[in-house]
Amino acid sequence: MAIDILMPALSPTMEQGKLAKWLKKEGDQVKPGDVLAEIETDKATMEVEAIDEGVLAKILVSDGTDNVAVNTPIAILAGEGEDVSAAASSAKAPAAPAPEAQPAPTPDMEREGMADRPSADSIPGTDAKPVAEPASPYVIQNRTAHDAMAEIPEGTEMVSMTVREALRDAMAEEMRKDDSVFVMGEEVAEYQGAYKVTQGLLQEFGAKRVIDTPITEHGFAGVGVGAAFTGLRPIVEFMTFNFAMQAIDQIINSAAKTLYMSGGQLGAPIVFRGPNGAAARVGAQHSHDYAAWYSNVPGLKVVAPYTASDAKGLLKSAIRDPNPIVFLENEILYGQSFPVPKLDDFTVPIGKARIHRQGKDVTIVSFSIGMTYALKAAQELEKEGIDAEVIDLRTIRPMDTDTIVASVMKTGRCVTVEEGFPQSGVGAEIVTRIMENAFDYLDAPVIRVTGKDVPMPYAANLEKLALPNVAEVVQAAKAVCYR
Amino acid sequence: MAVAARKAGRAGAGAANKTTSTKGSTRGAALNSPQFDKNQDLTAYNDMLLIRRFEEKSGQMYGMGLIGGFCHLYIGQEAVVVGMQMATKEGDQVITGYRDHGHMLACGMDAKGVMAELTGRRGGLSKGKGGSMHMFSKEKHFYGGHGIVGAQVSLGTGIAFANHYRENGNVCLTYFGDGAANQGQVYESFNMAQLWKLPVVYVIENNRYAMGTAVSRASAQTDFSKRGVSFGIPGEQVDGMDIRAVYAAGQRAIEHARSGKGPYILEMQTYRYRGHSMSDPAKYRTKDEVTRMREEHDPIEQVRRRLLESWKLSEDELKAIDSRVREIVNEAAEFATHDPEPDPSELYTDILL
Ligand SMILES: Cc1ncc(C[n+]2csc(CCOP(=O)(O)OP(=O)(O)O)c2C)c(N)n1
Ligand SMILES: [Mg+2]
Repeated sequence: MAIDILMPALSPTMEQGKLAKWLKKEGDQVKPGDVLAEIETDKATMEVEAIDEGVLAKILVSDGTDNVAVNTPIAILAGEGEDVSAAASSAKAPAAPAPEAQPAPTPDMEREGMADRPSADSIPGTDAKPVAEPASPYVIQNRTAHDAMAEIPEGTEMVSMTVREALRDAMAEEMRKDDSVFVMGEEVAEYQGAYKVTQGLLQEFGAKRVIDTPITEHGFAGVGVGAAFTGLRPIVEFMTFNFAMQAIDQIINSAAKTLYMSGGQLGAPIVFRGPNGAAARVGAQHSHDYAAWYSNVPGLKVVAPYTASDAKGLLKSAIRDPNPIVFLENEILYGQSFPVPKLDDFTVPIGKARIHRQGKDVTIVSFSIGMTYALKAAQELEKEGIDAEVIDLRTIRPMDTDTIVASVMKTGRCVTVEEGFPQSGVGAEIVTRIMENAFDYLDAPVIRVTGKDVPMPYAANLEKLALPNVAEVVQAAKAVCYR
Repeated sequence: MAVAARKAGRAGAGAANKTTSTKGSTRGAALNSPQFDKNQDLTAYNDMLLIRRFEEKSGQMYGMGLIGGFCHLYIGQEAVVVGMQMATKEGDQVITGYRDHGHMLACGMDAKGVMAELTGRRGGLSKGKGGSMHMFSKEKHFYGGHGIVGAQVSLGTGIAFANHYRENGNVCLTYFGDGAANQGQVYESFNMAQLWKLPVVYVIENNRYAMGTAVSRASAQTDFSKRGVSFGIPGEQVDGMDIRAVYAAGQRAIEHARSGKGPYILEMQTYRYRGHSMSDPAKYRTKDEVTRMREEHDPIEQVRRRLLESWKLSEDELKAIDSRVREIVNEAAEFATHDPEPDPSELYTDILL
C-alpha cells in the first residue's frame, strides 16, 4: 500500500512550516531512519525521517515551499514490492499551501508545546484564549481611556509589543545606562536565551556582560550574589524557576538576609528572573509556581507582572532597586502582545497593584497569568449583570494591601485567582489581609481559586483539571455575590 | 576525541578497539581489544534497534500531536545503555535524567507502557501522570526518569548507599550528561561515594552538547573521566559508539564497584543525532558534523556490518529481526494511541500513602 508522508509538527502548537529541502529524490530507495527532508520554522529546524521502508514514489510539496500545513501529505512512499508508478499516481490533489501566511509559533528547545496554554482553548464552556486586553491592534496609537492605562500620562504614544520584547528592552535600556549591569545564565548569550528573552543582548553588549554559564544554578546564583555584594548589578536568569530550587539557598540565605545580618552594610542589588509556574505538558518537576514561596521571605521583593508594559517598567525598576528581587515571568505570556508606552525611560513602581478593570460588585485579585482567567471571567460576569473589579497585584511582596482593601470596602466581596497551590498561597495571604483590615466590610467569605492541591500531572485531561479555569472564577464570583 | 578519531568501516571481526583508553584507571592495557561473539552481536543489534525504532516512532507521534511537552530522543546514543546493560546482573539498578526512553527499554520495561506514558494514557508506566521524563519500574530496578539536571547523581549514589547498607552485592548505574557533570551535587556525591566505597558506576553520556552549549564552552576540564581525580575515583574515556568498548568498560567498572572498591567513572563519548528535545534551532553545530557521525560512527550500523560480514547472516535474517522490532514498536504506538486518558479521579491519587 502506498504510504503518505505527512508534514510533521515541531511542536503541538505548530500549524505550518517551510519545507526547506528534500534530501531524497523521487525513485530513491529509503529505509527507516533515513532523512528525507528538512523543515523549518523561523526559529527551529527539524529533519523528516523515514519510518517505513520503500521507494520515494512522488514528491508532492517541492523544496522551498512556505506555509505547508501540518499533516499535509508531502510525499508518497511505495511500500516494499509495490509498483512505484501506481503508488505515485495514488496522489490526491497536490497540497495547497496553507491559506493564511501567519508566522508559525516559535518553539525553542526548552519551550516547545508551550505557546498558548492549551487548556485555555478547551475549557468546557469558555473560549478562553488568554486575554490580552488591553492589547491594541499592531499599530502605534495613543493611550486609550482603559482603566489599565490610568497610570500612563494622557497623550502618550503606545506601541504594541510582546512581553518577551518588553523584558529584553528593559534589560537593554538599563545596560546602556549603567555598565555595572550584566546578565548571566544558561543559554542567555550565544543561544539568545532558551526562551529568546535575551535575544540580541550578546550582540549589543558583548560576552563580558552577557554571560553563558554552565548548568550550575547554585554556583552561578552565588557568584551573582557575591558580585552584587561589591556593587555590581547582576541579572541572573534561571532557565525556569523550577531550576532555581537548586539555587534557593543562595537566594534566601545569602541574598535576602545579608543586609540585615550586616547591620545594613552589605546589600545585594540583584535580580533573579525567569519563567515561573506551569507551561504546558511538561509534568510535575517543570510546572511549579513559586510566587508564594519567595513571598514568604523578608529581605526579598517579589514581582510577577502580567502585561508587557508592567513587565518592562517593573524590570527596569527591579534592576535599579538596591535590594534582591525575584522577578517571576510566565512562559505562556512571553508571546502575548500588549500596548507599551513609547517613553525614553518608563518605569513602574515596585509594590503597587493596579486596578486593571473597575467594577463595583466583586473584587477579583490576581497576578501574572492568573489575570487571564480573572479578566475573562469579568467579561462573562458582565453578561450576567455582575460588575467585577479586577486588581493586578504585579508585586507579591511587598503586597499592596491598601489597593485591595479599598476595593473590598467598595465591593464587599472578593475572589483571589492564582495557578499556585492553595495551602499558604498568595490567596491565603490576601484573605488574611482582608480579614485584618476590612472584615466588617465583607458581605461574604472570600473564595480562593487556585491550582489544585496536586503535583502537576502530565496527561492532557488531568493537566487541564489541575489548573484553574475561567468557569471556576465565574462560579466563585457568583457564589460570593450569592447568585 | 576518541570518537572523532575512528574511521568508517573498521568494525570488522578482527578490528581491535584502540579507542577505549584507560586513562586514570588502575587497569592495564590488556583490556582494550573487546570482541563480541555472535550471540552478543545479535543481542546488541536487536536491543539497539528497538530503541532506534521506538524513538523514531516517538518523534513521529510527537509530530502528530500525540505527545506533548518535552520529548528527548536517544537516537545515536543506543550503544551506551545497551552495552552497559549487557554488563549488569539481575538486581543492579539504573537511574538517569529525562533522556530516558532508551534506558527503560534496555531495562526490559514494556514498550507499550513507555509509549502510552509518552501519550499520557492510563496504560502508561506512570498511569499517564509522569510523561516522557518521569517513568519508573521497581520490578526492573529502574529508578527514573528525572527532570532536574544533576539530581539523579545524588539519587543514584543513595541507591548505591542502600546496596552497601544491605550488603546485597548490587551496583547502581547512574547516568548523566556532559552538562549535568557541572552541577555541584555531582561532586558532593563523588566525595561521599568514594569516602564510603559505595557500589556506583557513574556513566557520563558525553554527547558533546548540553542543549545548545558545546562541552568546551561549559567545562574547564573536558576530559570527564578525570572528574573524579581529586577524590581518587578511577575513570575511563570510552568510545560510546562501539558497543563492545562500552561493554568491556562496563564490566571493568561494575566489577570494581561490586568488589567493594567504590565508585568508577565512565565517560561515554557519544553523540545525539536529533535536537535536544523535539525542535531545536540546530545552529550550534553543523549539519556536516551530524551527517559525519551518522555515516561513520553509527552504533547500530557497526553491529549490522559485523552480523553480515563476520557472522554471515543474510539480509533476510536481518530483515526478520527488523520486522520483529518494528512490530513491537507499532503495537506500542497503536496501544498508546487508543488507550484512554486516565480517569479524572486519578488527579487526586498517589499524592501521599
Ligand atoms: C537544574 C536544571 N537546570 C536546567 C535545566 C534545563 N535543561 C534541561 S536538559 C539541559 C541540558 C543538559 O545537557 P546534558 O547534561 O549534556 O544532557 P543531554 O541533554 O545532552 O542528554 C538543560 C540545561 C534542567 N532541567 N534542570
Ligand atoms: Mg549532553
